[in-house]
Amino acid sequence: MAITLSRDQSIPAPPLSPRLTPAQVWGIVLLAPYLLVFLAFVVYPVCYGLWLARAPSNYVALYNDPIFARAAVNTLIFLVIGINIKMLIALFLSGFFAQQRTWIKWLSVIFILPWAVPSIPTILSVRFMLNPEWGMVNHLIFTLTGDDGPNWLNDPTVALSMAIAVHIWKSLPFWTLILITGRLAIAHDLFEAAEVDGASWWQKFRFITWPSMQTLYITCTLLSMIWTLGDFNSVYLLTGGGPADLTHVLSTLGIRYLRLDQLSLAMASIVCAMPFVLPLVYFMMKRLSR
Amino acid sequence: MKLPGVSEFSWRDVATEARLLLIGIPVFLWTMIPIYHMFLFAISPKEDAFSGKLWPDHPTLHNFEIVFKQQHYFLRDFYVQFWNSLVIAAAVGALTLVIATAAAFSISRLKVPGGRMVLNLALFTYFIPAAFLAVPMYRTMGNYGLLNNHWALILAMVTIASPYAIWVLKQASDKLPVELDEAAVMDGATTLQIFRLVYLPLMMPSLVAIGTYAVLLAWNEYLYAFLLLSNDREITLPVALGNFLAADDSPWELLMTTGFIYALPPAAVYYAFRRYMVGGLTAGAVKS
Repeated sequence: MAITLSRDQSIPAPPLSPRLTPAQVWGIVLLAPYLLVFLAFVVYPVCYGLWLARAPSNYVALYNDPIFARAAVNTLIFLVIGINIKMLIALFLSGFFAQQRTWIKWLSVIFILPWAVPSIPTILSVRFMLNPEWGMVNHLIFTLTGDDGPNWLNDPTVALSMAIAVHIWKSLPFWTLILITGRLAIAHDLFEAAEVDGASWWQKFRFITWPSMQTLYITCTLLSMIWTLGDFNSVYLLTGGGPADLTHVLSTLGIRYLRLDQLSLAMASIVCAMPFVLPLVYFMMKRLSR
Repeated sequence: MKLPGVSEFSWRDVATEARLLLIGIPVFLWTMIPIYHMFLFAISPKEDAFSGKLWPDHPTLHNFEIVFKQQHYFLRDFYVQFWNSLVIAAAVGALTLVIATAAAFSISRLKVPGGRMVLNLALFTYFIPAAFLAVPMYRTMGNYGLLNNHWALILAMVTIASPYAIWVLKQASDKLPVELDEAAVMDGATTLQIFRLVYLPLMMPSLVAIGTYAVLLAWNEYLYAFLLLSNDREITLPVALGNFLAADDSPWELLMTTGFIYALPPAAVYYAFRRYMVGGLTAGAVKS
């Protein structure tokens, strides 16, 4: 193999096409595996899915399905309220973890655990904690107050809030970590100068930290929103979409339709989300490919 | 101003420390409670687990024994499922590395025509939520005749893992000096020799990070695994865990024990490679 290769090098073989150098031929060969994967498992499924969802009757059916409307609203709540709460906490905690203390270093190692362990067992663990009869939470409430705790996952509002909490529990470490890197990149003399000038904690944040971090913060928020659209586990494993299919989000709704053998409805529900997703995705792509 | 070695008592330091603790303790509890709860169930006999106590009266390793001896209906294929998870994760890691490294080398070092566009397409795929691609992917795998075959899950996970892998590896290879390639060409190295002898050794840290990323992604995946595999002896561990919920009187202590065993390898891998993960992935994840 090596001999043939070096012979190719010393006596250049006639190029395949007058414009392609051997390096470029290799470039195409090396890029081919990914292109094949992309064509077979991204382009084909997407086109096929769009073709399945082509009939307008699907969209009429979706429009008339109250579960779809509910799922769309839930998704919006999840994104707009859930993600903003998460990012604010992450911003706050990034300041906490940037403190130079040995115990905070150790805490940050522990803090990353939810991100490092798979979500299935931990979400199921939370699910049992919230069990009204045997769960640890209601047991504690009973011991402390003598009253029975609420039936957590049986109330759509509470159940959705719990799904959001589980999502925050899982992904907060990741975003905190990223915001910490952003915070540590700020030149330290800025803070020293502000200290000398007697700036308050809030002024330091308002005039130094926030201006240097706002681009990162907004990028992170948008990215987290896009990804959270695909967060299937937090809702599916905690509430299963229940009670009475009232806590579905778009990602679990698609799977629900799939299980009911309504594939074209499943695809149509995803197509409905695209006008919101694609501009965000395009924006992020432009931003990251610079 | 504190002098080193001189412990100076000041109320201000105490107040700062107290405020930090006031944040630190809730953060610790918030992080640990679901994980502790899982651990608690794993070491509790059934009666203790369902009593809601914070520590079992009779801690035991009996649950682990039941799991390892496969002595329950839900656990009869435990080893097969563990093996499936392992094989699929390893295959996804290896395939992603091969595909993504080749693509990144081609785009970044060989400047292949159209490489930029491929990179943008890959990024585009990266941002499309995976749950949205799951429905058409399920049908596609059906059309290819791959349902219930490990290859379906492997290929699906490679599809999901490669875009990010290519992007991170491309960023990393852009940082390698062009002069290295030029010098190697001057010495008469072929493209493949540059790839093998110059490029791969220099890229090692990023390759470790990306390999770990792909392996963990595949090991942790639930949605695709449960859509694409259904036969009890083909499914991976997370799907088996989800199947515990099928019964009304699920053995939760065994579910949590199995979950605990399932969660240990990725946590260990994560902490072992944390140095690479933090440097290689978070820095690349979001560019401001």
